[in-house]
Amino acid sequence: MTEPLLSVRDLRVEFPTRRGTLTALDGVSFDIMPGEVLGMVGESGAGKSLTGAAIIGLLEPPGRIAGGEIRLRGERIDILSPDAMRRIRGKRIGMVFQDPLTSLNPLYTIARQLTETIRTHLPLSEADARQRAIALLDRVGIPAAARRIDDYPHHFSGGMRQRVVIALALCAEPELVIADEPTTALDVSVQAQIIDLIKEICAERGAAVMLITHDMGVIAETADRVAVLYAGRLAEIGKVKDVILDARHPYTKGLMGSIPTLTQESDRLVQIPGAMPRLSAIPQGCAFNPRCPEVFARCFVERPEPVKIESGRQVSCWIEEWKVGHG
Amino acid sequence: MIAYILRRIVQSVLVMLVVALVSFSLFRFVGDPVATMMGQEASQADREALRDRLGLNDPVIVQFAGFIARAAQGDFGISYRLQQPVMELILSRLPATLELALISGTLAFVLGVGFGVYTALNRRGLLSGAIMTVSLIGVSLPTFLIGILLIWIFAVELQWLPSFGRGETVDLGPWRTGLLTESGRASIVLPAITLGLYQMTLIMRLVRAEMLEVLRSDYIKFARARGLSDRAVHFGHALKNTLVPVITITGLQLGSIIAFAIITETVFQWPGVGALFINSVQFVDIPVMAAYLMLIALIFVVINLVVDLLYYAVDPRLRVDRTAAQH
Repeated sequence: MTEPLLSVRDLRVEFPTRRGTLTALDGVSFDIMPGEVLGMVGESGAGKSLTGAAIIGLLEPPGRIAGGEIRLRGERIDILSPDAMRRIRGKRIGMVFQDPLTSLNPLYTIARQLTETIRTHLPLSEADARQRAIALLDRVGIPAAARRIDDYPHHFSGGMRQRVVIALALCAEPELVIADEPTTALDVSVQAQIIDLIKEICAERGAAVMLITHDMGVIAETADRVAVLYAGRLAEIGKVKDVILDARHPYTKGLMGSIPTLTQESDRLVQIPGAMPRLSAIPQGCAFNPRCPEVFARCFVERPEPVKIESGRQVSCWIEEWKVGHG
Repeated sequence: MIAYILRRIVQSVLVMLVVALVSFSLFRFVGDPVATMMGQEASQADREALRDRLGLNDPVIVQFAGFIARAAQGDFGISYRLQQPVMELILSRLPATLELALISGTLAFVLGVGFGVYTALNRRGLLSGAIMTVSLIGVSLPTFLIGILLIWIFAVELQWLPSFGRGETVDLGPWRTGLLTESGRASIVLPAITLGLYQMTLIMRLVRAEMLEVLRSDYIKFARARGLSDRAVHFGHALKNTLVPVITITGLQLGSIIAFAIITETVFQWPGVGALFINSVQFVDIPVMAAYLMLIALIFVVINLVVDLLYYAVDPRLRVDRTAAQH
């Protein structure tokens, strides 16, 4: 078995506040293999973006990694010095943010932002960096890249800007790209193009992708595996096909049931009753217990640990634990 | 671009016309000039003759047009008190005020931006706290008090710097400068600090607030995520965005530095236009007051125009080039 590109173990992120410490991520573990696309889904506030920020070392203070470890090709990156971490950002881990309209500095040309980033990581001359930038823009589908490179961000539409952002994230050939809701702020008509572009361009460069989204449809079409987060904990992780066709965690089942399909006859979509708890009020035992249709006594007392039910498939639920134990 | 400049110039001319109206009406508010000019023994016929000669029998609108026509040529009449052409008086005093204003303005801008950036980047630092506390004094103490305090400390107690006047001056054509002699340079230190302290603290607080705001923005986050150095992020990306609003305020402040140098000039007996204005008010020297009003308005209008053009230079979004904005 090959070594994972990124390995996250028992990641715990805390926010110290005046009224006590909030645990935003608690015991999250997963691997990303080289070249793999891992989808990360969950509701708003489940900790998807926070996981991305923790990996790239850009948690907003006072948030901090309070436990666990993050390894990139076996090397721990959560304890690196700020300067060593800075050299990994952009060079080995690239990031694409949600809103292309605000991700680019409005006062500088695309050329300046690209060449600056390229020259930070690669020993190239200004002219070579520019050539590389034009080639990249061309690759991400900017028409007339050689001419448009000297335009400012406001000259581009949202979809085009997201292509520029992707070019920026990829300009030093990172091994991993973290895409944090890369299509949420875009028109529906260009969402699919951008997702395809990310997938295609990362595949041809052998870069793995961590795709953060709340759109199960995007995950289904794009990802190899999917991790489902709930209230800062990993509910379920596995191959996309397995998770979609055979969801095991009651939360994932609810999530799948809430996706509308064209063939469905019923008027109402299935919905999960209640709302995700606030970080300050996560119940004892399983975090999903107040909303779970299959809840039983143990769920209120003990927190379920991830159970491996088949290769690469883990579910944090006492029912699965019981099945495995008695299977 | 040219249309924009033209539009702005037309607006500026309108503003100047309104100010001219106010200045013009000054003359009509302080009674009959003929009575002051001729004394009590003059006959009614002489008075009428003078009134006719001065054009005071013309309709108000014709008089106003005449006033504007003369003002446009720099003719504001003769000072009642000093019996010299007003324009000559003002021009002889203007270099002193401009030197003082430019030096204190530069001081305020450079130190204000420097301290502002420092306190924003080291938000919790001890020195930042000290700077912020001291800046409160700058904001809250009235100018004349600061001036008197500085005179007391540096001129009376320490005897390092002169307490009044411009020191020795050198004539460079029509421009009489104090910057070329040692006593002139020593003399300008205290007034420049007095005049610039408030502006400096204002710019500093503005830069700090703007910088903190910009540092939270998405493009700064994205710049960090690309692995750019702190230096490039702070001074390359953040500072330029911070300066857009700061330019406006600084421009307007330069106007007020010139206009409100009155107090500083009085405290330090600085022979500038502010001191000239104060003396004119005491002697009801209307032509000087009217000319001063017009001059200050002109300075404000010109500075505003320059600031708007600077915006164009700094912020590419304002440059209307429709050829590239088609996407």
